Amino acid sequence: MDWQGQKRAETLMQILLVVFAVAALGIGYTLASFQTMMLIYAGGVVLTALITVPNWPFFNRHHLKWLDPSEAEKHPKPQVNVPTTTKKKSSKNKQ
Amino acid sequence: MHSFGYRANAVVTFAVTILAVTCAMVSLSDNFNSPSPTADVKVLNINWFQKQPNGNDEVSLTLNISADLSSLFTWNTKQVFVFVAAEYETPQNALNQGNNLRGKDYNMTLHWHIMPKTGKMFADKIVMTGYYLPQDYK
Repeated sequence: MDWQGQKRAETLMQILLVVFAVAALGIGYTLASFQTMMLIYAGGVVLTALITVPNWPFFNRHHLKWLDPSEAEKHPKPQVNVPTTTKKKSSKNKQ
Repeated sequence: MHSFGYRANAVVTFAVTILAVTCAMVSLSDNFNSPSPTADVKVLNINWFQKQPNGNDEVSLTLNISADLSSLFTWNTKQVFVFVAAEYETPQNALNQGNNLRGKDYNMTLHWHIMPKTGKMFADKIVMTGYYLPQDYK
């Protein structure tokens, strides 16, 4: 998933779970059935998992923008000075 | 939320946390219920009333108990535990001491414990007065 997709997935998960919990509590209380409440909530958890966990295409709509190669060449990667190689070079020069 | 496992863990953990909160609300909803049970205990027969070797008195009663406990049950009730206790006073203890009970007056108390499916257990009782033990052993 891209970054936007991950954010969407997290928000969607939170909202869905809370909505299902509130609905389950309300319906269970009105019908005076504890079992109904638990079944509605369990169904809600499964549905939420099916929607938010797999990598659906809808979570990949905002692709990561990698830098264009021609642009990358204009900004070369900085060279790291390694002490051992320069030491070897100077000894070769002396000989 | 960058991998399948990460998201699956998030869903399960959040779901369980919300379940705990929901159960707490269910338990709180029990406080809206005001139970009003009725009970009637009749002593049909006093089978025996004897002094035991260790000094205590022993009584065997046949009771007819009728009670309406329907108001105790809510959607969150798993079971109701009910029992009847005979209680009396003596000079030494406020409640229940075992000897010299001839002619004593006692109360029949109906106790109940409402055990919930989730949350707090409520226990209460009704006291019924005006019962008497016989004047002589039999």
